[in-house]
Amino acid sequence: MAEAAKPQNPSAGKATVAEKKNWIAPVLATWAIPGSGYFMLGKTGRGGLMMGVSVVMFLLGLMMRGTFFEPRNEDLLTTVIYTGGYLCHLASGGLYFLAKAFGYSAPDVAGHVVDYGTKMIVGAGLVNVLSLVDVFEIATGKKQ
Amino acid sequence: MPKLSLSHFEMSLLFALLASVALGITGKGTRTEQFRYAIYCFGSFVLAVFGIGWLMYLGHG
Repeated sequence: MAEAAKPQNPSAGKATVAEKKNWIAPVLATWAIPGSGYFMLGKTGRGGLMMGVSVVMFLLGLMMRGTFFEPRNEDLLTTVIYTGGYLCHLASGGLYFLAKAFGYSAPDVAGHVVDYGTKMIVGAGLVNVLSLVDVFEIATGKKQ
Repeated sequence: MPKLSLSHFEMSLLFALLASVALGITGKGTRTEQFRYAIYCFGSFVLAVFGIGWLMYLGHG
């Protein structure tokens, strides 16, 4: 009986390794196209909503003429704000690079509409970070 | 691209709505829990808007 059980262990081990590696593709897909990783995992409802939230937030930010942050190395507060904002833009993935590719550029002018637009664009990146973590947890079986 | 211009309050509500949906979906497991958590987050956002708004108004003198 012990000999019969032995061959099952290596295959079970391989399956576990394969399952653990399965998170890479959905997480990368979610980064490139917000919400797409959920579709790969069969969570279409969640995927649709998260994609909708990310895209709508990003587009509203563009329509409000929000500005894109670029990394700056000045005083601590400026460095944190600008570098943090830039990292959030990078977290938006495809949306940010698409907007850049189409030549979107808005000046940083004073006014509450532009200010909210900038926050919406940053918010879209943060929402995508939430999606990335959620997709990772679903793919690795930590969450259903 | 059309330019969007809303008031402070409208934009804060719009942001609160979208953020609440995202927090609801990622924060809880079942549909009912997600819906309740999203409502809770939205209510908290609105409460914070009014609370901080009044604080700024009173603090400004």
